[in-house]
Amino acid sequence: MSWTLNWSDWLTLATFFGSLSLLSVGAGALTTSTQMYQFLVVQKGWLTASAFSTSIAIAQASPGPNVLFVSLFGLNVGMAQGDWVSGVVALLTATIGFLLPSSIFTVYGTRWVRKYQHLDWVRAFKIGVAPVSGGLLAAAGWMLLKPAADGHLDWHLWVLALGTMLLTWKTRFHLLLLFAIGAAIGALMSMSL
Amino acid sequence: MVDSSRKDDTGDVVLNAPRSVWDLFLGFTWLAIQGFGAAAPVAYREIVERRKWLTPQDFAQDWAVAQLMPGPNAINLSLMVGDRFFGGKGAFASVLGMTCAPVLIVVTIATIYNEFSSIPMVAGALKAMGAVAAGLIIGTALKLLTNTDKKIFGTALTFGMAIVTFILMGILGWPLLWVLGSMCTLGTLWAYSRIRKLRHLGRSTT
Repeated sequence: MSWTLNWSDWLTLATFFGSLSLLSVGAGALTTSTQMYQFLVVQKGWLTASAFSTSIAIAQASPGPNVLFVSLFGLNVGMAQGDWVSGVVALLTATIGFLLPSSIFTVYGTRWVRKYQHLDWVRAFKIGVAPVSGGLLAAAGWMLLKPAADGHLDWHLWVLALGTMLLTWKTRFHLLLLFAIGAAIGALMSMSL
Repeated sequence: MVDSSRKDDTGDVVLNAPRSVWDLFLGFTWLAIQGFGAAAPVAYREIVERRKWLTPQDFAQDWAVAQLMPGPNAINLSLMVGDRFFGGKGAFASVLGMTCAPVLIVVTIATIYNEFSSIPMVAGALKAMGAVAAGLIIGTALKLLTNTDKKIFGTALTFGMAIVTFILMGILGWPLLWVLGSMCTLGTLWAYSRIRKLRHLGRSTT
């Protein structure tokens, strides 16, 4: 990579994640990942499409909250500067930037909501946001298929995604088993090509 | 603020409280590293059944509020539980517990992957895992949409709104703020008017 981050870029990185923090309503951090793709991959070119999809895949297949894909985005952006220090600083910038505003909001907002959560407006918000959240989550998954298929439409990957989708939706198949099977198929495929 | 032993409504379950912020940190670290994907079942088992920090009723209420708030639901739950016992300090300890060890693990895995990504088999495996993650996320979205309470929004309306949101965000590439601003406002107003209408007709809305 030939670009380097200057001070205003670091500030942009922090404010970008900070601004998305309060927009991650409903199903959580992944609902904002489409916007992250548009900004980090398409607009700024700070993150490659393959780093985008591997970060999400690794975070999903690892223990801990899924939101840590944000940390890996930061790590990738920083490591492209060529040193570990930038990597760690960018990881912290992304993670803290993304978690701090929503955390403060949650701690202070909880008391209010606990008191009023049976009001019609609060209930209406919860009901009204659920389908939107589902749609955003589906868009996040869709985004992941584009770089995974890498331009040319690799039908193996589409079948794998479709199969996983059905298993996740209709069964209680364990997530780690899904990833293990997927990884094995991917490794075997790369041998035969 | 901290009541060290409490009883639930039936009077036979004695509840504990975390002894210190350090206890909270360790509790949430242990919870976080067990959690793959869906956080609610693991959180319930640890917080309610094993550590007995919350009653099932408290947990259900906190989880519902956690989903209303911006940010990841599991992180929000940890903030709320921490805040309940030790205020801001407790919230901070809990969220550190939820993130510190998992960040180290995820960075280690990513570093190992980068080390070996030039091997075609490893690259192929991870590419396939990207497709699995995509299927998993879309499958979770479908599960979420199938399992929503259909009393106010029926199946058609739920999926219709989700499809419109999907097209605006995933196909047309609208900025998230626009999508949320329009669709959430529309959804909330619609739900509100339906709640009022059902109540006017004298039907249960819960």
